[in-house]
Amino acid sequence: MNKESVVIKFAGDSGDGMQLAGSLFTDARAMWGNQIATFPDYPSEIRAPAGTVAGISGFQINIGSKGVNSPGDAPDVLVAMNPAALKANIHNLPPACTIITDRDAFTKNSIEKAGFKTDPFEDNSLSDFKVIAAPITSLTKKSLAHLGLDNKSIMRCKNMFTLGILYWLFGEPLDQTLAFFDHKFKKDPTIAEANKIALQTGCNYGENVDAVVSSMTIAPAKKTPGTYRNITGNQATAWGLLAAAEKVGRGLFLGTYPITPATDIFHELTKHKWNGIKIFQAEDEIAGICSAIGASFAGNLAVTTTSGPGMALKTEAIGLAVMTELPLVIVNVQRGGPSTGLPTKTEQSDLQQALYGRNGESPLVVISASTPADCFDWAFEAARIAVEHMTPVILLTESYIANGAEPMKIQKMADLPKIDVPNESDRENWAPYKRDAETLVRKWIEPGTKDFQHRIGGLEGEDVTGNVSYVPENHGKMIKLRADKIKRVADRIPLQRYKGKNADDLLVVGWGGQFGIVLGAVLRLQEEGKNIAFTSFNYIHPLPKNTEEIFSKFKQIVVCELNNGQFANYLRGQFPHIKFKQYNRVEGLPFKIKDLKAKFNELLESK
Amino acid sequence: MENLGGTCALVAKDFESDQAIKWCPGCGDYVIIKAVQKALADLGLSKEETVFVAGIGCSSRFPYYMDTYGFHTIHGRGAAVATGVKIANPKLSVWLASGDGDSMAIGGNHFIHSIRRNVDMNVILFNNEIYGLTKGQYSPTSKRGIVTKSSPHGTIEDPFSPGELALGSGSNFFARVPDSNIKLLTEVFVASEKHRGLSLVEVLQNCVIFNDKVHEHITSKETRDDNQLILQHGEAMIFGKEKNKGLVLDGLSLKVVTIGENGVSESDILVHDATTENKTLHIMLASMKGPDFPIAMGVIRNVAAPTYDNSLHEQIKSQAGKFSSLDEMFMSGNVFEVK
Repeated sequence: MNKESVVIKFAGDSGDGMQLAGSLFTDARAMWGNQIATFPDYPSEIRAPAGTVAGISGFQINIGSKGVNSPGDAPDVLVAMNPAALKANIHNLPPACTIITDRDAFTKNSIEKAGFKTDPFEDNSLSDFKVIAAPITSLTKKSLAHLGLDNKSIMRCKNMFTLGILYWLFGEPLDQTLAFFDHKFKKDPTIAEANKIALQTGCNYGENVDAVVSSMTIAPAKKTPGTYRNITGNQATAWGLLAAAEKVGRGLFLGTYPITPATDIFHELTKHKWNGIKIFQAEDEIAGICSAIGASFAGNLAVTTTSGPGMALKTEAIGLAVMTELPLVIVNVQRGGPSTGLPTKTEQSDLQQALYGRNGESPLVVISASTPADCFDWAFEAARIAVEHMTPVILLTESYIANGAEPMKIQKMADLPKIDVPNESDRENWAPYKRDAETLVRKWIEPGTKDFQHRIGGLEGEDVTGNVSYVPENHGKMIKLRADKIKRVADRIPLQRYKGKNADDLLVVGWGGQFGIVLGAVLRLQEEGKNIAFTSFNYIHPLPKNTEEIFSKFKQIVVCELNNGQFANYLRGQFPHIKFKQYNRVEGLPFKIKDLKAKFNELLESK
Repeated sequence: MENLGGTCALVAKDFESDQAIKWCPGCGDYVIIKAVQKALADLGLSKEETVFVAGIGCSSRFPYYMDTYGFHTIHGRGAAVATGVKIANPKLSVWLASGDGDSMAIGGNHFIHSIRRNVDMNVILFNNEIYGLTKGQYSPTSKRGIVTKSSPHGTIEDPFSPGELALGSGSNFFARVPDSNIKLLTEVFVASEKHRGLSLVEVLQNCVIFNDKVHEHITSKETRDDNQLILQHGEAMIFGKEKNKGLVLDGLSLKVVTIGENGVSESDILVHDATTENKTLHIMLASMKGPDFPIAMGVIRNVAAPTYDNSLHEQIKSQAGKFSSLDEMFMSGNVFEVK
């Protein structure tokens, strides 16, 4: 069977090693040249009770030769390590889905614990599916018996036995993964050997039961030539910041506090102290951003990374950065809210917080990333705008793309755009809030620069001098200057584009990290000949200058987002005469292509 | 002053900014800023490499009045901003002006953590035991029972002792000075800048409007000699108008004795060691209260310890050379070619 793309989901207890098995498979397929999109789905508890649905951790991968824009709606292959993993996913399995499961794990107790009333193998509830019920536990035990390992270490190899079955199904060579074990368990060759045997035995098992399922092969994808690597959105964000800092040339500072799902940006950056990055794990979210503001005042490219609840705490300090007009990159990896909400799930519900969540008239730049790999470009762009326009920039990513991975074409530093730092050396013509006539940007002077001593602060300052001022007309003028400065960012960003030749019926509008899924739905309808177009926004505030022009071409506009309509409401405020319909899901999960298609079809037919 | 070729030393006045000071007439802050400007001149610091950071409150207007780099931030967060400044550019001399509300209440978390980390900066804690800028509410250092606008029936909570809090947080430099003693203030600010790491100077500052004379029993001409023990490293802990009182250890407690009475001689009096790592005696000194004890003034603790900023930059240096460039790093590990 030759397929363009296949969705595989690994599901098991949090301790079953599903994320690792998923990552190894992803890496192997990427080397083979497939398009890949991944989506880890895990509970916020580190180890919820084993064998219960609440404790199930998942890792979904979509691999293919073309058209992989998202991790996929539903799996073609489900790896379910126990009854709970099966129970957690069975409602979302399409007919003919292949289920690989551990027959040994289906004991009377575990079946009940998972919430099945009867054994699913015996009550016909799996009859729609192709089931590979391998005795994974007992075969793993037998194959490793001669190594003299304790039971716990042996049980940890079950995931590799299972992965072996999958490698057989997809005709995957084992070499790269075998080499990985040698490297990972350098210090413990017995464990390396155990993992290798388990993988090999699993693969052999697949071959021996060939009669059950025919194997699947996926041709390599067609990609722009170049060097690629698999990367998650958080890692790409970190790298984009490193690249931007080198272009700015004043050093990179990260002030942050750990928070799910943003912490991996922080983890990644700590690996790159060789590059001179100064990293400060603060006592709280507030100190994270305040230290970054201090570092920005001192002349560094300063960054703080967080998620929604952390953004709430940083609010007052963001206002200070607005008032003092200091460059600052604030990354919000959105998760489900409100309050603590769903820490490990995805949502786009912090948009209005980013736009408006401060006291006073407090304009700043808001941008968003679309895919794991382009987090690199948007982190770079956030830093460029922050420095060139002397403003805080909020970069919104979301759990879905931050933890998801895809191949990224590696860019050369020399090919990335330069970043112009607003320097000043002419003391006579300088004042702390003297502005560039065109951009309204003030200069960025580092302490240590002789004869440029000056004071800034959160109190309203006088135009040009920055001296504290309570003069009513001055306050009005400064409010307007700060707002105009942000508006003028639109002069130096690209125009918005849309995809849909000759379409004028339905424009689908998205923003941020749901890009791939929405695009997937639109492309499928376009292939069916539907009159539908798609535009996805990365520049949220200010919007690209031709936004209204694009909207005015279409009879119907539907805004799709993982919240209750925050972008739609924002657009209504900007363009009161345009009618925006909405499609919203707020369930902590990404969109599904089939739901989007159904909605778009309904709109296309309703005209 | 014109620079005639050589290095021109700055004087205290050179550190005054062009902004008119707006503290109330008679406010203790005037003396403190004079002492700071004198200390900067005595230290030979340059204007451009000195940064004053502040939070919110009367004292936090401090940076506006200094002709150095300055940042008036938000309530309680000055320590966090100053930490970022120092890490970003360790060459700068970083000073934080903060009040008892700013550091002990809203900014308490940043206060204790910046002390614990030992970031190299000078923290001046203006302790007037009242909220001045919001017009007279009690503060976390107000004594129990004080009647203020927000406590018309007297407060029902005990105050922080900044010295004990700081030493408990791992402070390596703690000093206390009354705002009435410009000479001691200047000396202590010089010592605090020379100390590498976070130096905390608690200034007993008088708010003439909302809490006038709160420190009067310690600072008045009539009582100060008997109620202040001015500590000098290496010298005996002697005080009193007649310079005949001193401190000795009595079991696990300090005791005030009179030299020449009950067989006590000068050699029995404790000698101050600000540099000993053992903080027991420093905490006892910092917590002394009237009327039984004098209030300890001067540098109570001054111990060398690794600073956060220095350690951070050392760690960065230790990682140098892992990759030669970002391009090399981007291409490392699992990459694959698409042709």
